[in-house]
Amino acid sequence: MPDKKNEEWQDWLEGIRAIAPLLPAALPFGMMAGLAAAKVDFDALLGIGQSAIIFAGASQIAMSQLIGEKALPAMAVLTVLLINLRFAMYSASLSLHLRGLSGTKKSLVAYLLTDQAYALALARFTLHPDWSLDRKFRFYLGTAITLWIVWMASTALGYYLGAGLPPSWGLEFGVPITFIALMVPGLRDSATVAAACVGGVMAVIAAPLPNNLGLFLAALCGIAAGYAWESIMLAPQEGDDT
Amino acid sequence: MSTTTLWFIVLAAGLGTFALRLSFIQLADRIALPRPFIRALRFVPAAVLSAIILPAVLRLPDGTMSYAFDNPRLLAAIGATLIAWATRNALVTILGGMALFWLLGWLI
Repeated sequence: MPDKKNEEWQDWLEGIRAIAPLLPAALPFGMMAGLAAAKVDFDALLGIGQSAIIFAGASQIAMSQLIGEKALPAMAVLTVLLINLRFAMYSASLSLHLRGLSGTKKSLVAYLLTDQAYALALARFTLHPDWSLDRKFRFYLGTAITLWIVWMASTALGYYLGAGLPPSWGLEFGVPITFIALMVPGLRDSATVAAACVGGVMAVIAAPLPNNLGLFLAALCGIAAGYAWESIMLAPQEGDDT
Repeated sequence: MSTTTLWFIVLAAGLGTFALRLSFIQLADRIALPRPFIRALRFVPAAVLSAIILPAVLRLPDGTMSYAFDNPRLLAAIGATLIAWATRNALVTILGGMALFWLLGWLI
């Protein structure tokens, strides 16, 4: 039995080791989420609590930005969901590896699902198809909970630092910069570049529309452009599941 | 906005995000997604993030838009994109982009 306990701990540790190199990049991102919340006058409970409730950095920063621009509350919520639509894609992809997991464990996996945890877990599960369901679950928790702790700590740090820093530093410019850092590595082919170009340009053209309606319109145009580009320029390969 | 409204936004956004994350993990093999939908999902991050980035970069602190190259935000954003492209490293991109922004703001 002590051997079994030790093995289980090894699975956790393997997950923690996998996520470790990604933590330095999560830190400034989490700080930016806390800082953006502080800049739009969230109180401490909500400014830091949003990281536990939403736990999705890009959408949290966008939400703060929209609140700062006095967007309609419904528009802020919809924007968060639009940015987080990709989690449905991750969910579909991971579900193939998690069949048979209990409902509670599935909920925990879902709550902790992030870009990083998804990418690490999928790579590992694909590499080790022989892993038991429990082993996969422990590895996943090792990566995801570590990231959760760092995320919460960095949000709190950013919130308290951000509240004290003078506006003349222009720190709010860190928001679009952070989005650039997130977006660019995802531009893997000409179709995703087309989606980004059309989405960006349309957003500028549609910027005068009220209540950030332009963001939606632009995002839909960008998605359609990427889709059309892929259909016309890059014939999709049969059996390609990505 | 009132604190109540902010709580409403955060809770609704959190609940909705959780539903998106749980969606297919929970449904697993009961429902097959239409292929065009899966293909379209791939473009969501690029289209949405870019639509947030570009207006934020071009909008000056006073709310007007600037398309000129003496806008340090635009130049710094282009620089950050190149850094991100070359390094694929979030930390280097954020630090480099902010350093460029401060440097250009001081020069221009």
